[in-house]
Amino acid sequence: MSDPATVSALQSAAPAAGAPLLDIAGLTVLLEVHGENRAVLRDVSLTVRPGEAVGLVGESGSGKSMTARAIDRLLPRGAEVHGSIRFGGSDVNRLAGADLRRYRNQVAMIFQDPRAHTNPVRRIGDFMTEALQANLAVPAAEARRRAIDMLTQVGIDDGARRLRQYPHQMSGGMLQRVMIAAALLTKPRLLLADEPTTALDVTTQAEVMAILDGLRREFGLAMLFITHDLDLAAAICDRTAVMYAGQIVEIRASALLHDDPLHPYTAALAAARPDIAQTAPRLRAIPGRPLSAFEAPPQECAFAPRCPYATDACRADVPGLAELDGGLSRCVRAHELRGRLGGAPDE
Amino acid sequence: MLLVSLLVASFLIFAAMYLAPGNPVAALSGGRSLPPSSLRVLEQRYHLNAPFFAQYWYWLDNVLHGNLGISITLRENVSTLIASRIWTTAGLVLYSSVLILVFGIGMGLVAGLRPGMLDTSTVIITAISAAIPAFVAAIVLILLFAVKLGWFPAIGNGTGLVDNIRHLTLPALALAVSSLAIVARVTRASVREEGEREHVQTAVSRGIPARQLIRRHVLRNAAIPITTIAGITIASLIAVAAVVETAFSLNGLGAYLVQAAQSKDLAVVQGISLLLVTAFVVVNLLVDMLYAWLDPRVSLGSRAT
Amino acid sequence: MSTGVPAAAIDAPRFRALTSVRATGAAGVVSAIVVVAATFVAVFGPLLAPYDPELPNLDLAWIGPTGGHLLGFDVQGRDVLSRLLVGAQTSMLGPLVVVIISMITGVLLAIVAAWRRGAADAVISSGLDILFAFPGILLAVLATAVFGAGLPAAAIALSLAYMPYVARVLRGAAFRERSQPYVAALEVQGASATSICLRHLIPNTLPLIVAQATILFGYAMIDLAAISFLGLGVQPPRPDWGVMISENQTGIVQGYPLPALAPGLCIVAVVVAVNVLGERLFEQAQTARG
Repeated sequence: MSDPATVSALQSAAPAAGAPLLDIAGLTVLLEVHGENRAVLRDVSLTVRPGEAVGLVGESGSGKSMTARAIDRLLPRGAEVHGSIRFGGSDVNRLAGADLRRYRNQVAMIFQDPRAHTNPVRRIGDFMTEALQANLAVPAAEARRRAIDMLTQVGIDDGARRLRQYPHQMSGGMLQRVMIAAALLTKPRLLLADEPTTALDVTTQAEVMAILDGLRREFGLAMLFITHDLDLAAAICDRTAVMYAGQIVEIRASALLHDDPLHPYTAALAAARPDIAQTAPRLRAIPGRPLSAFEAPPQECAFAPRCPYATDACRADVPGLAELDGGLSRCVRAHELRGRLGGAPDE
Repeated sequence: MLLVSLLVASFLIFAAMYLAPGNPVAALSGGRSLPPSSLRVLEQRYHLNAPFFAQYWYWLDNVLHGNLGISITLRENVSTLIASRIWTTAGLVLYSSVLILVFGIGMGLVAGLRPGMLDTSTVIITAISAAIPAFVAAIVLILLFAVKLGWFPAIGNGTGLVDNIRHLTLPALALAVSSLAIVARVTRASVREEGEREHVQTAVSRGIPARQLIRRHVLRNAAIPITTIAGITIASLIAVAAVVETAFSLNGLGAYLVQAAQSKDLAVVQGISLLLVTAFVVVNLLVDMLYAWLDPRVSLGSRAT
Repeated sequence: MSTGVPAAAIDAPRFRALTSVRATGAAGVVSAIVVVAATFVAVFGPLLAPYDPELPNLDLAWIGPTGGHLLGFDVQGRDVLSRLLVGAQTSMLGPLVVVIISMITGVLLAIVAAWRRGAADAVISSGLDILFAFPGILLAVLATAVFGAGLPAAAIALSLAYMPYVARVLRGAAFRERSQPYVAALEVQGASATSICLRHLIPNTLPLIVAQATILFGYAMIDLAAISFLGLGVQPPRPDWGVMISENQTGIVQGYPLPALAPGLCIVAVVVAVNVLGERLFEQAQTARG
């Protein structure tokens, strides 16, 4: 088991230090599914510093979305939460009432499917100004003015007309930009972006990503960027965390992730994605399928069954997160595999 | 579109005269033998010697001018006979509608917003009530409230406004029972369903207070299916009222329609049928308009199934 | 409401909202038993009835339950239990006929509309829209005024009134099925329209068809009983649950409620059972579709 204190100490001991804005330590979440309690997150520890962009990468079932929901307290009814999530020093799970609403204004979530996440019977203007008017007591006219302003910043002109429209009158890409604008209106300090471009087509993806990244840097916001695309995360985030089966398996500076990964799973993810600059005779897939947290064997490394480097030591116990070269890895063989994991893995 | 329905419906009602075995005169006279002078009157009035569609035109023209023919049994204008009974039926349907809206939607909201014992018992009660036909409800209500408890009268219309309302209470309740249950169930289901939608999550994630959340995001959205089912059930009251009126010996259009059907007084049957179908179509039209107003994705004339 | 509104992370099937009582397992079993029992009685009623259901004996009118006569006597001195048992025939058979006719015509129209699409669909949909203007009972009253009171006229009129509802529900499902890739594949292989419809479209929408038929049966039972209650359906002295309620209604104010209540209870019991089963089937049809 990793020591949460060590983890946060390690993460904070990087350049541009300061108290972390978001500090998750030992987060374990159990959900009730069909009558039994299943773990979806196991001992997740992660920090995000003010103004820093951290990527959270994983396949379906890895728990990345669930982490974001846990941070924003959007877990389903009946979820059991262990461990702690601290934001600006306060324990998020203990917030209530006005404090909780204030927290929600400081942490803004951008969802994956903008059409499902906007109320079809209410106008865009109402959608955008709701939080301002309800929690920050901003008068209607002023709220609308700010909304129009923010729309321009995300590249939507004619804001006054757009405010009067309904979601079904806008394209997916435009709606996602509206969602981003709405999220930024409450001047949050942390953005939780849950696969914001996955539901969009490719050309729109690039546009929206550019806007999101640009505005984030301009306003100096911290961001937790969740995606299944390792390269995308590495491109816009300072650090990237990789999740598998409900656990963090690696945290690394993005620049180093591709060429010097510290965990076989990261290496496999990077290799599985075809590189446009090279020709590969055959695509490298990871044998088997990704596990969810509750499917993972309890007493061994969750990735061991699919790992080309697994040994008996890997099957003996669940490995902890250990520091290595400024990053963290949950592989007991990380040190000896150093250098062999980057590029194409060989048997 | 609904107006076309109305037109076709009126045609069908008119054509009923010809569908009956025998000739139209036989249908109109209900199989009674009439003196030749009466037969000539019938022929003239209905233009029975004119071509088929011309007859329809004459009939329709008459109808639109308020002339619905003469009752063969009572020898009076159908319009007059209808006018004297229409308030009973209208009052009954209105009273019932109010009960359905207030208690049906009310129960559904309570059950939908608060899970627990109250919700479970509501589901069971509505499951059973939805299956109780109006006439069964009628006799049970008569037994309980008129005979055993004596709170309400068992039959008749009563005199004067307050007494009328008193007399209409049990019938309105009988008429409302099963529709109330259906509206309550749909309300509950809709509220539940809307509460679990993703856009509600978005609002929660932005810290919208619970009260506002329920009002603006759950209820406002649930209002769409609720309005649809409420509209449909209220429209159906128009027809089922006949059963309740008969059970309670009320002097309404429905009861009269049944009597006319039994005594084969076709003119009366046609007149009342036309009126009821028109009312039914109008209510459906209003529901369509309400639906289009509530849901900005929908334009008038299309009701999403 | 707590601050943690349930997230859509776990997608709940829509119709679970309708039957979320934990005892739905028990409810389903009981309903099935009731329906089977009712069908049994409907088929074997006349053989089970201990006494002649139609023989009046005014001396015995309104006598309550006594030895051998579990439910007592009705307004004309006939054994109530016997009338109940025999009445099950018309009370259940009539709705069955209505359901069969309206389902067959409705399914046919839906399939044709979905298969041909375009103009044929427009014509059929418009036609159905027009039929929507007629509530079932009204059409039945009109029919009996024209053709004479009796079960056949009422049943056919009801079938006509229900058909548009069936067609509308099934048209949606048929359209969805028709746009599935496998249909295009079969067409390319040269399969005929009829064979695709019969061998693939209909079987794949069968769960929905069965669910719809079950729920429709409940409605038909209520509507037909109402028409008989009004005196326009099954004619007295034939026993029929709707007719029995009408005949014995006078007993309620006179202090003999049982002869009118017993058939009422039977109707409600069967309809509740049918509704519960129908909702379950609907749920399964929804989840089967995915």
